[in-house]
Amino acid sequence: MEDETINTSEVDKKTKGLPERALDGVKVLEYCSLVSGPYCTKTMADLGAEVIKIEPPVDGDPARRMPPFPEDKPHPEKSGLFFYLNTNKQGITLDPETPEGKQIFLKLARDADILVEDLPPGDMERMGLGYKDLRAINKGLIVMSITPFGLTGPYRDYKGRALNMSHASGQAYLLPLLSPHADRPPVKVGGHTSDYDPGLVAVVAVLAALYWKGISGRGQHIDMSKQEALISMQRVESVTYANDEVVMTRTGNKTRMPGGVLPCKDGHIVVITPEEHQWNALMTLIGNPEWSKEPWCRDREARAQHADAINKLLTEWTTQHTKEEIFRKGQALSCPVSPSQSAEDLMKSEQLKDRGFFAEVTHPFLGPLKMPTSASRFAESPWRFECPAPLLGESNEEIYCERLGYRKEELEMLKTKGVI
Amino acid sequence: MKSGPLEGVRLTEFTSAWAGPYATCLLGFLGAEIIKVESRMRLDHSRNLSFSTGKRFSGPDESEVFNNLNLNKKSITLNLKEPRAIDLAKKVVGVSDVVMENMRPGVMPRLGLGYETLREIKPDLIYLSSSACGQKGPEREYVGYAPTFAALGGVSYITGYEDWPPSNFMGAIDLRSATTAAASILAALVQKQRTGRGQYIDMASQESIAVLIGDVILDYVMNQRVQTRKGNKGYRIAPHNCYRCSGEDKWISIAVATDQEWEGLCRTMDRPDLITNKRFAAPEDRYKNQEELDRIISEWTRDKESYELMAHLQAAGVAATPTLSSKGLFKDPHVRDRGVFLQVEHPAIGNDWVIAPPWRLSETPAQINRHAPLLGEHNEYVFGELLGMSSVEIKRLEQEKVIY
Repeated sequence: MEDETINTSEVDKKTKGLPERALDGVKVLEYCSLVSGPYCTKTMADLGAEVIKIEPPVDGDPARRMPPFPEDKPHPEKSGLFFYLNTNKQGITLDPETPEGKQIFLKLARDADILVEDLPPGDMERMGLGYKDLRAINKGLIVMSITPFGLTGPYRDYKGRALNMSHASGQAYLLPLLSPHADRPPVKVGGHTSDYDPGLVAVVAVLAALYWKGISGRGQHIDMSKQEALISMQRVESVTYANDEVVMTRTGNKTRMPGGVLPCKDGHIVVITPEEHQWNALMTLIGNPEWSKEPWCRDREARAQHADAINKLLTEWTTQHTKEEIFRKGQALSCPVSPSQSAEDLMKSEQLKDRGFFAEVTHPFLGPLKMPTSASRFAESPWRFECPAPLLGESNEEIYCERLGYRKEELEMLKTKGVI
Repeated sequence: MKSGPLEGVRLTEFTSAWAGPYATCLLGFLGAEIIKVESRMRLDHSRNLSFSTGKRFSGPDESEVFNNLNLNKKSITLNLKEPRAIDLAKKVVGVSDVVMENMRPGVMPRLGLGYETLREIKPDLIYLSSSACGQKGPEREYVGYAPTFAALGGVSYITGYEDWPPSNFMGAIDLRSATTAAASILAALVQKQRTGRGQYIDMASQESIAVLIGDVILDYVMNQRVQTRKGNKGYRIAPHNCYRCSGEDKWISIAVATDQEWEGLCRTMDRPDLITNKRFAAPEDRYKNQEELDRIISEWTRDKESYELMAHLQAAGVAATPTLSSKGLFKDPHVRDRGVFLQVEHPAIGNDWVIAPPWRLSETPAQINRHAPLLGEHNEYVFGELLGMSSVEIKRLEQEKVIY
């Protein structure tokens, strides 16, 4: 009981005077690796939830071995990917496949509101940690299972990395837009985005389940397939064949609007003008050339038939101007145009600076550095830096000794046995 | 029948296009009651036109795009240029828990429907504004759609071929913004459940994309490296690409991360010699010599059927999937088994295929109960049943183009 008193006062000290946040008091357990699961729980950690990340002893989350690293030198505590995805979480090491490890896992699950796990289908059950086992000890527990293809169906045991999911979801087939020739291959979305996406989609279901738990006191099991999470974001493109026998391709179609990605003096801009007044604004921007009065520029249908020719004419103008110039002057005319921004452009953006999108934080191995925060500004739940991404096993003593009541000698023994 | 987790939550939306409507559609899948405020004066363009295929619809109720993005919702028509319509909108907000809007920043306050005004009517209101760049800052009034969000958020710059301009993006980018908005509203609902207080949320579509490339941004922060396009290449792992198969525009994606997977691939290719080949033995070697590897694998895949390759490679523990088009998805046996495509009966369109909610919740299933609303279909229910107006009054306001 004494331990508990100490805990509470420490929590009070930590949050005293700080604004309340949306998920204050919500306890999340993460048993995931790489990107999707950790991004799901990161979103909740950023909203104030207490997230305990469980990593395998010794090696930890494989994201620790993925770039970027400062000076490209791999180091398990210096991965920028791991840092970004795990900031504001606590981290422990645990092997739930050992008998003691399983008992510890159950103790943690008993006390949690949410468990997010991303093991291959059936693995949690095999370890005696399936949803039924966990519900027996905590009927309020919400379990989110994130897998490549879901917990049922013919591909349930198939492997899929972000590359595969991007290709299996209809996403990659349409990229790059526009590809110069159908002979050139489809490509995935850049970076790890196709792995972040399922994490984001998962958050919606988990928070809805949490809301329902607030009413009913009951948890539930959620099965989410990464493939379906990505298809859901392609829902309009995905049904074009089913409804109209139209197969969209990455080389575009004959009824598209002029515009899209166009080269300019120092990079690329993108412009889209679905409304007539926006097309007129674009014409004003480029000085109302003679050709804009031609019949094939008359309306959207006519322009769609001549999109390639019009784009050539637009390019003659855009290549004479810089992206900054086109962006500012175009937007002043309410023309939907923007530069194609690199990471450097984002870091230098006045808009993002003014919005406070980047936060300056400190990490014991990475030193002070800037990181992106969140797309939403909550008036009553502001983003804040609570703690850097955990070093491997950093919170072991705090969680095992202070919370679960293990003695330090026991902790050492568990370490020796490879349990933690 | 089991009900959704958000049963009892009512949301009124002033949104159009894709990013707004799909956010509330997600909450509707989860059981919230969604009232969409629209007007004949200014139709949501997704009722007229498909941005994806260019298809034009013959009337406001004929759009399958609108149907797919506005399932389960109710629609009322209010001509917001009329002060009496604004008063009615406020009354609807008075019986709602949440408001979402995605008009150009400044428009809602000018209409008298800003957060500060509406919270006087409903003190615990949750109100989310979704916009291109956010409600403050020098670019707050900038306009945009999915392609510009992708460009401003940095994902366009890193997607595409190494020797080709950045990729354009269409509506799928809006749905990322939408999913972010839905998650934000849910977090505020959880907070309100605990504290009794609502709040204002300012969400920027640009940033909803930028947060998905956090690691790419950190590479610049740490190393001043500006990542560009690199096709299907992975980070330090290879092979990691898609390879041509037999048939028109058929491909298979293969990603090999471990030595075990590498061995599985070599054995499936019947090339055990490659396992110990010095140029490919260690992961670093495979990454360094990936172009050569890609040529060898392409040679092997080009006359084979993509589904057969998937079955063989997956049996050997290698992550491999065909590249699926809209046709491929619709015909895929797993996608079919999971019930991803659902047919919804729509009074004007007929049977229309849509995509099912992306999760299976064991106790409170996410569901599609109903087609997207016809324009103004629920005027009678909302103004009559919820607000207690008489049918005579509703009819009169319809004739006076207030409810319109």
